[in-house]
Amino acid sequence: MTPFEGYEFTKTHCLDISDFHRADIENLLALGAHYSDLDVQKNGPRDLLGGKTLINLFFENSTRTEKSFELAGRRLGADVISMQVASSSVKKGETLLDTAATLNAMNPDLLVVRHGSSGAPSLLAQKVSCSVINAGDGTHAHPTQALLDALTLRQAFDGDFSGIRIAICGDILHSRVARSNVQLLTMLGAEVRLIGPPTLIPTDADQWGVEIFHDMKEGLSGCDSIMMLRLQLERMSGSFVPSKREYFHYYGLDRKKLGYAKDGAVVMHPGPMNRGVEISSGIADDPDISLITYQVAAGVAMRMAILHALSDGIR
Amino acid sequence: MSTLTITDIRIMDPASGRDEVGHVVIEDGHIAALGDVPVRGEVMDGYRLTCCPGLIDARVKAGEPGLENLETLESASKAALAGGVTQIVVQPQTVPVIDDLSLVDFILRKGEALPVEVHVAGALTKALDGQTMTEIGLMSDAGAVYFASGPQPIENAQIMRRLMSYAATFNALISNSPVTPAMSDGTCAHESDVSARLGLPSAPAVSERMMAERDMALAELTGGRLLLDLISSAETAESVRRGKQRDIDVAASVSINHLALNELDIGDYRTFAKLDPPLREERDRQSLLRAVEDGTIDIIVSDHDPQSAGRKRLPYAEAATGAVGLELMLPVGLKLAAEGELDLMSYLRATTIAPAELLGLKGGKLEVGAPADLVIFSETEPWVLDSEKLLSRSKNTPFDDRRMTGRVRHTIKGGEIVYSAT
Repeated sequence: MTPFEGYEFTKTHCLDISDFHRADIENLLALGAHYSDLDVQKNGPRDLLGGKTLINLFFENSTRTEKSFELAGRRLGADVISMQVASSSVKKGETLLDTAATLNAMNPDLLVVRHGSSGAPSLLAQKVSCSVINAGDGTHAHPTQALLDALTLRQAFDGDFSGIRIAICGDILHSRVARSNVQLLTMLGAEVRLIGPPTLIPTDADQWGVEIFHDMKEGLSGCDSIMMLRLQLERMSGSFVPSKREYFHYYGLDRKKLGYAKDGAVVMHPGPMNRGVEISSGIADDPDISLITYQVAAGVAMRMAILHALSDGIR
Repeated sequence: MSTLTITDIRIMDPASGRDEVGHVVIEDGHIAALGDVPVRGEVMDGYRLTCCPGLIDARVKAGEPGLENLETLESASKAALAGGVTQIVVQPQTVPVIDDLSLVDFILRKGEALPVEVHVAGALTKALDGQTMTEIGLMSDAGAVYFASGPQPIENAQIMRRLMSYAATFNALISNSPVTPAMSDGTCAHESDVSARLGLPSAPAVSERMMAERDMALAELTGGRLLLDLISSAETAESVRRGKQRDIDVAASVSINHLALNELDIGDYRTFAKLDPPLREERDRQSLLRAVEDGTIDIIVSDHDPQSAGRKRLPYAEAATGAVGLELMLPVGLKLAAEGELDLMSYLRATTIAPAELLGLKGGKLEVGAPADLVIFSETEPWVLDSEKLLSRSKNTPFDDRRMTGRVRHTIKGGEIVYSAT
């Protein structure tokens, strides 16, 4: 398998969607599609990352992202270790750069980082000599999630994003997933809309090349795909939105609101879900509508593709 | 089919600018004809009298629920009709606070049985804590006409910003008390030589202006709709005037008390003239009158605030603030007009069509086909106010024993005569 026929992938890191141009993205997605075949995934090139070390460095809790990187790494033959940051020297007051220097001295090949502060992975990338993959930083970016969402949509819409209307709904303000998806999906030619209460939409987001709506009925009209975002419960009571009840009433996805979208529209969610807050269980569990489990499956494939692509630089 | 014609009456309708002597024909609860039209049905002589649309009072404390000893919706409704008011908006600072769907519904249901139209202003924050947003969307849908901060302002600017921003989705109007707590807390008077001589703790008028300016800046940022609730100083009026010139979606209200009284009415520590915001200087009062006339101040309210005599008959600093005003809303306006202090049409605009448009209410105008909600009054009848005769359950008014000019004769609601002076 030579995914990058006639084209060289030259990037060292995967920090932000804007680091890539469209050809990179198309190639990554094609490679992701290749790894989506379970046969390839499980019986594929076990030696691709043979002898390489992947370190998962998660400063924020994560289950699916961390495990899917671990699985992707192992399926490509890498040695994967996970740093338990909660019990590590970070708790003892070590700064991010000291941690970086320590890790760098261990000579890893790939560093997968999640951090609560926007920009932390790119700071790390300047200080280590290996490839850095951003697994989510603050409210800035989550490029691998965006890529796996795009891979899921690519499969649902036969590879053609042009003219596809996608609504991203809910807490855009605190969402790195939304930011990366806006960049990626607009780059691929999709029409992206953001829907949410004005308290949860960043100022001037209309300058991102998307349309903003505060009303689900208007916003969902004609949408092919609806991406629901998790509303963090700590923001639920306070001054962002008044209550779960009101939030679900106006912004939660139920059958009625789904009816405003195009017939056959598909629903996505990066997880974890708050059932009955941003999405009703009936929709989340409906296999004809929900792509949520496909997203998880695409996660492993897409991350294998990213590791594969970066491995060219490692060798 | 009942028909009533009020003959030879001065018809004043600020919505259309109509000001002429003519007949008003009322048929089946609606206005059937206006002006130089044939007389039909029963006749009421309106010679030397004036009529205008029923007044809308956007700021009434009606005591329910929880403060029924001071006022009930029913007693407030009687007082309202006696003052020519046919629609009231009750305030959320009740016990418990109207911060929930079910309480909005409770008030509206109770109001349905009354001859006045009762509307509700919902609380902007839970229990008026200034922090936690209420269900503005659901309460709006249930019928709340605006959302009020209560007696205290939303002090935290970030929270106010989010409230305005969120409310903008529902096109909901937010009202905030323009007062800077750090300057005004613990004070009970306007900062001037008068309060200094009286030795009363006082706050300067800029306390009001600073908060008004902040809120207008936030309205500009968020695109939210702002009502500056009860402005009282010349400086704030000037700020609002400039805000409107910059196309900020801001409205301002003033209480009838602040148009008619100034700090000298406190006199020898008269607690019945203790109000919130405090009465200010004569130049402030004059500025407020001009601001009503030029439309800077959108609406005049009674700020009806029933208090027991026990809470009023206390040393000045300890006494409760507030005055009842529903019944005096129109008479005090007429007195100002009779004394040449305020243009009558401007006064009527600020109490009829302006609040109707601001709050999205029906009524507030006299036109063929509209519900027959109107007030018939004499512009010249002299009388002396006896607070004991007020219909409100509480009698706290700073106008007791005052000579008045102009009086309500009849109030008509939906074609029915619901009040007649004795």
